[in-house]
Amino acid sequence: MNTTWHFINGRIIDPLNKVDRTGNLLVIDGRIAVPDHPVPAGTPEINVSGCWIVPGLTDMHVHLREPGEEYKEDILSGCLAAVSGGFTGVACMPNTRPVNDCAAVTAMITARAAGAAARVYPVGAISLKCEGRQLTEFGELRAAGVVAVSDDGQPVVDSQLMRRALEYASDFNLPVISHSEDPALSTGLMNEGPVSTRLGLKGIPAAAEAVMVYREIALAEFTGTRVHIAHVSTAMAADLIRAAKIRGVRVTAETAPHYFTLTDDAVTGFDTNTKMNPPLRTEQDRQAIQEALADGTIDAIATDHAPHSILEKEVEFDQAANGIIGLETAVSLSLALVRDKVVDERRLIELLAVNPAAILGFDAGHLSAGAVADITVIDPQQQFIYTADQIISKSRNTPFLDWSLQGRAMLTMVGGSIRYNRISAALP
Amino acid sequence: MATGPTFAHRHILGMEQLSQEDINTILSTADSFKEISVRPIKKVPTLRGLTVINLFFEPSTRTRLSFEVAAKRMSADTFNINASTSSTVKGETLPDTARNISAMYPDIIVIRHSCAGTPLLLTRYVRAAVINAGDGAHEHPSQALLDLMTVNEHRGTLSGLKIAIIGDITHSRVARSNIIGFTRMGSEVCVYGPATLIPKGIEQMGATLSPSLEEAVRDADVVMALRIQRERQNDPLLPSLREYAREFGISRSILSLARPDALVMHPGPVNRGVELNPDVADGPRSVILDQVTNGVAVRMALLYLVMGNS
Repeated sequence: MNTTWHFINGRIIDPLNKVDRTGNLLVIDGRIAVPDHPVPAGTPEINVSGCWIVPGLTDMHVHLREPGEEYKEDILSGCLAAVSGGFTGVACMPNTRPVNDCAAVTAMITARAAGAAARVYPVGAISLKCEGRQLTEFGELRAAGVVAVSDDGQPVVDSQLMRRALEYASDFNLPVISHSEDPALSTGLMNEGPVSTRLGLKGIPAAAEAVMVYREIALAEFTGTRVHIAHVSTAMAADLIRAAKIRGVRVTAETAPHYFTLTDDAVTGFDTNTKMNPPLRTEQDRQAIQEALADGTIDAIATDHAPHSILEKEVEFDQAANGIIGLETAVSLSLALVRDKVVDERRLIELLAVNPAAILGFDAGHLSAGAVADITVIDPQQQFIYTADQIISKSRNTPFLDWSLQGRAMLTMVGGSIRYNRISAALP
Repeated sequence: MATGPTFAHRHILGMEQLSQEDINTILSTADSFKEISVRPIKKVPTLRGLTVINLFFEPSTRTRLSFEVAAKRMSADTFNINASTSSTVKGETLPDTARNISAMYPDIIVIRHSCAGTPLLLTRYVRAAVINAGDGAHEHPSQALLDLMTVNEHRGTLSGLKIAIIGDITHSRVARSNIIGFTRMGSEVCVYGPATLIPKGIEQMGATLSPSLEEAVRDADVVMALRIQRERQNDPLLPSLREYAREFGISRSILSLARPDALVMHPGPVNRGVELNPDVADGPRSVILDQVTNGVAVRMALLYLVMGNS
């Protein structure tokens, strides 16, 4: 497989190296060549004029459903969806069946991922079976290849267990990712407010997220450890994280494109593809999330790609599963932030590529000479309608179906190998 | 009704979709059908040969009976399905149930379900007209329409009135449908209840949230009490029904703050001595049984109107 390529006429945006220039980028044998390196004879050219050449994007929060729910997604299909959406790497959450709470499950995921289009970074469980009672063996999980621990899908209810998880994870330099919701407050179906009142659906207050985010901050602050807050959805939580960062607490955070794109108004009509956890919030929250992305409060955009089949979604709203797919729409929805002048191009690439790798602690998210050539090419202009027949994921649970979107990943390269391309039929 | 009014709705999903004109059409149609129920032979051939399925996923005595009586008085063939939500969880999904029922060619499906939005979901899988007989805490349009009819009969108008709705607003589809219905007809709706049972942003539906029971009831034309469900185990909403009765129940002295000719209403079934003192529930201003009578007429009108449109 050829891993030597010459990108020409692209806009190279490489925030970590403070690069933003229009020009060419040479990849030799799967690594990024030094600038002005002579182009080896016969190197195929990829003309990417009008496009951005950026470090490969990492989605630090996806559900690949394997093992156990392969009818929704599996590692291969999820990774294909990832590269088609511009992601060269994904961190997969442990709430599979069985849960990724021991080295054997991690090893199975890693083995399956060897043949996948994208890099797969497994996240191990904090507690056995994600039941919130007994810590998993972080050392063994780390050795098997997990990059972080989380009971995502469930909050860690027991504050003492969370404290111990933060402390113990620091021994192995593993980030702890918190699904921050108070379970007693979050038994509803959508955001609690005028829309839930009108629809007669039980609400989940913003406070359900805020009280748990504050608990995580307090624990991290007291123990001097670091914590990562998953899928921040509320202004209240963003304010807490901002204040904590100012105090020097080692807290990082992510949000998902739906939280800065949609509001709970989208639930009108009872579309189960607007049901997720945490729920879509108010316009005020949506704007606060955008501000938090811009000012550095929120560090990363992650999709929380959560595939579900029609068995879980074509049912009554109460009974529908939470979550939507996101890998294939994240780039387009995030580019709207640049068009709306919420963030600039550099910041966007930090959110999608630089910071996820930094939080998870691996060397990626930059285009330094000699680095492994994980590269995403983005056309910020291309317009398309996101129709069901284009969906690569096994599942189609998205509220963005038939949306007219602008901006798209055009080519995704992993280690110098082209894993997806919309540029030319002549390319792999 | 050869020269009947036009009615543009294939389904009756909620008051939300009904205009003032639609509501007037339904009420005048119901009014013309009301007399059928007091004939010696309580049957007209209007819906002969049509099939009405009452698909009830939630226990109901009076609403289901009311729809069945309404359909039979119109000569439709009625069938009742009491499906429990748990049985669908075990096996068949709602879309499957719906497709199977649809394959038997019913003309109208009356659905009650504990999950909000399910009647709308049903319309995607059936050819029949769908009438919402109550979906979760969302809407109960036939109840609101019979309440409007009852108030209109007694007051001769539906505009400029003050309607006080007291009790568990959060879990009440009756409250939501009535807030929409009465405000759309030009009346003011005041709601009041314990803060644990007042949903966030209810004012945005057009209701006024009263600061006290007295303020809610003062000068009201209608005092409507809602049924209180005992608190759920995981959601402590009320300490006791005893305290509810004392603090939020409608007594004769509270009622004296309302207009002298105020109507007392309740969607039923009444917890006697809780939402309403017995002397109020059975008192001269109570129109609770008129509501039940009008329920049949309103449902006859709905069955007729959705069929007139197919």
